[in-house]
Amino acid sequence: MLITRREEFSASHACLNPALGPEENRALYGEDSNPNGHGHNYVVEVSIEGDPDPVSGMVFDLKRLKALIRREVIEPFDHRFLNREVAPFDRVVPTTENIAREIWRRLEPELAAANARLHRVRLYETEDLYVDCFA
Amino acid sequence: MTRLTRRYRFSASHRLHARELSEAENLALYGKCNNPHGHGHNYVLEVRVAGPVDEHGRVADRAALDRLVEGCVLGDFRHRNLNLDLPEFTSLVPTSENVALVIGRRLAANWRQAFPAPWPALDKIRVYETKRNVVEQ
Repeated sequence: MLITRREEFSASHACLNPALGPEENRALYGEDSNPNGHGHNYVVEVSIEGDPDPVSGMVFDLKRLKALIRREVIEPFDHRFLNREVAPFDRVVPTTENIAREIWRRLEPELAAANARLHRVRLYETEDLYVDCFA
Repeated sequence: MTRLTRRYRFSASHRLHARELSEAENLALYGKCNNPHGHGHNYVLEVRVAGPVDEHGRVADRAALDRLVEGCVLGDFRHRNLNLDLPEFTSLVPTSENVALVIGRRLAANWRQAFPAPWPALDKIRVYETKRNVVEQ
């Protein structure tokens, strides 16, 4: 069974590879490469896989999951310019894929320590574009 | 493996009518969707691709995906009568299932031209005829 918690954060980013010139970045990332950045209302869905605990009836305590996502992701990411204010995006291009992977990295160790199996991080950049990360 | 899903929209009309069946049988089978003059939907198409994240932090070049979908699907489907304007549906009833099959075939046939490398792969498509009806393959 999967249990999913949805949270939102608003942030700006610029998809720029510092090793490439402006023309190459423009060809690669299009409008996303504007160096001054632009913003999205990101929606992150975190899914945990498991069987309901026979006593509590829960796969995982959603209050705990919510607190973890807020602490590790929402508080550091919300209302920030990711490239300038949130590591590792000073050196890793904050594409939707890389942001989803970073969210996975921030959540997975604590969930694993609590015997919870992180199944998927789904990150919506807009309602028309989302990425599913499984590792 | 990471997946990227992109959502597109097109509006089109269609009529569900099987040539093999009588008028009465078609009406019984398809109900209102058998209306001889057709009717329309705001279709939503989701295209999911899968692959490793490349050195630029991407599973797929969105612009290349958008060009492919525009070129071989949306450009032909948008504001058209599917039965009359698309060759596939002269012999195929444009149910959501068949719309998804045709879109899948068109994308697969043009995939390597848009994405010559082994990745990304076309992973899944979903067609929403309305918010309540969705098919996927």
